[in-house]
Amino acid sequence: MTNLRSAVTAPRAGTAVVGGRGPAEGAASRHRRLTTRTGALFVTPYVLFLLVVFAIPMVYTLWISVHRFYFTAPGTHADSPWVGLSNYRDVFTDPVVGRAFLNIAVFLVINVPLTVLLALVLAAALNAKIRFRAFFRAAYYLPYITASVALVAVWQFLFGSDGFVNHLLGSHAPDPSWLVNSHLAMPMIAVFVTWKQLGFFVMLYLAALQNVGKELYEAASVDGAGRIRQFFSVTVPGVRPATTLVVIYAIITGANLFSEPYLLTGGGGPDHASTSPVLLMYQKGIEQGHPDFAAALGVVLVAFVLVISLAARKLTERGN
Amino acid sequence: MSVSTPAPGSSTPMSPAVKTPSSGTRRARPRSAGAHRTRGTVVKYAVLSLGAVAFLFPFYYMIVGSLRKTTTGDLSSAVPSGLTGSSYTAVNGAISLGRSLLNSGIMTIGVLLCTLVFGVLAGYALAQLQFRGRGTVFASLMLVQMVPFQLLTLPLYVLVVRDYGLGDNYVGMILPFAINSTAVFLFRQFFLQLPQSLFEAARLDGAGELRILWKIALPMARPAVLTAMLLTFIGPWNEFLWPFLVTKNADMQPLAVSLASFLSNLQGTVANPTGALLAGACVLAAPAVALFILFQRHFTSTDIDSGVKG
Repeated sequence: MTNLRSAVTAPRAGTAVVGGRGPAEGAASRHRRLTTRTGALFVTPYVLFLLVVFAIPMVYTLWISVHRFYFTAPGTHADSPWVGLSNYRDVFTDPVVGRAFLNIAVFLVINVPLTVLLALVLAAALNAKIRFRAFFRAAYYLPYITASVALVAVWQFLFGSDGFVNHLLGSHAPDPSWLVNSHLAMPMIAVFVTWKQLGFFVMLYLAALQNVGKELYEAASVDGAGRIRQFFSVTVPGVRPATTLVVIYAIITGANLFSEPYLLTGGGGPDHASTSPVLLMYQKGIEQGHPDFAAALGVVLVAFVLVISLAARKLTERGN
Repeated sequence: MSVSTPAPGSSTPMSPAVKTPSSGTRRARPRSAGAHRTRGTVVKYAVLSLGAVAFLFPFYYMIVGSLRKTTTGDLSSAVPSGLTGSSYTAVNGAISLGRSLLNSGIMTIGVLLCTLVFGVLAGYALAQLQFRGRGTVFASLMLVQMVPFQLLTLPLYVLVVRDYGLGDNYVGMILPFAINSTAVFLFRQFFLQLPQSLFEAARLDGAGELRILWKIALPMARPAVLTAMLLTFIGPWNEFLWPFLVTKNADMQPLAVSLASFLSNLQGTVANPTGALLAGACVLAAPAVALFILFQRHFTSTDIDSGVKG
């Protein structure tokens, strides 16, 4: 977070340098005029990209969400009459939508504490002088860089009804099995995603731990604080900005969840037990041909993400 | 700095300063400090190793399972025996690995090229050039990284596939990822660090900005370029939802998509379906993992290691 903030203020400093150049005034202003055009030219492809891939689709979603919108065969045209908020009414009265948002809540309740705890413990252990550090780091990072589809294939195999884990558990295996159990499907997805992303957060915490002053540990130890005490009163507050990032990232991941429920639990699990909002957008919008409903759902989802991101940020930064 | 060592009130060997007399921790029994250190180290290694097993076992299982003649769920499948490449042949017969890999490669290289060319230009402009709207562009860059991309897939699908007719087309596959904003941010950060005077001198000598960028800035930016490439690579290579929406024709599908369709409805067509699936997973995972292992230190960025004590 600190990086981002300093990055935001940086351009102003750059401006000051250019403006403050005294002697070569004529040349400088000529260059400034020149770079004005060049700078704009250099950045044009990126701006076009942002317009085409972000701005226009966002406005288009809003437009679709307040119209009756149909997919048409290529070359044909269908009217899209204005329907006001009726798509939103459909979204709010659809029980599956409620279920999908509840599923995201379950996801966050499992994913966030598990990620924070495991990533912090592993980062703290890695932060010490230790042999094979490069190996451990690589091991934790591996799932993060590997394709979801590949990992889902392995997990399906490990946690399938006749899979490795159930063979290991014998008669203690859950029935119905993990991925087809309506109570376990969503927690399984949360655990899978935690496992897959953990390496990223271990690295994040590892970097954050470098910024926790050693003298704080010394002071705590002089005061007679043991290691556990030091962990909770020095380490945990020290890496709080990273924790905020973990929470925000988890919320965005939750809002983006698609491949895992679609592939790991066969299109949303039993009775929509692991349906996510994005999966629902796909099913309603593209499979069932109601893009207007899906667009309204997307708008609701963005609002949901914004609200809980802000709330989470307030909550995690309250201690400062 | 292990959390699990219960050493309340005793001296802790975690900080180097503890060893200096002035730190005042000497009053705790010095003899037990060594014992604590060993115990702490053991706990640390235990935690790390347990973690490593949990992270690596699925990969191990993926490889062993893909090489066995018959792959079942029972515990014996974790032991390599009677190894054969038949699962690779089988999955290749079902989804044509070569063609899928080619599609993944074209999509990924397209994204890499666009990100490098346009991203470097944008990053350089945002760092070193003055122009109207620079603040707005930078603010948009930051905002874009916060927007959950999947939320835009529906309108993008309508626009790209329905309106522009780019379904089953490489341009359509590449478009949403064409310029990676994180990479643009990385380039900007890097160019910001380079001394202004360097560029000013070149400008006074009459060099154009493109020439300065090409001759001066870019040669110095090699580490940033490498990091950005690795960072950009894993996105399109691993992406599933977008190419899944855009490609209906099996000949156009990247490996992640064809493997997913194998996972959900083609498994019955081969003799050892689990083995074939795991073989496909290995092929999909291999390039990203290989790049990661080759360039590991660039993945984790320099600042992580620099401040580490010991």
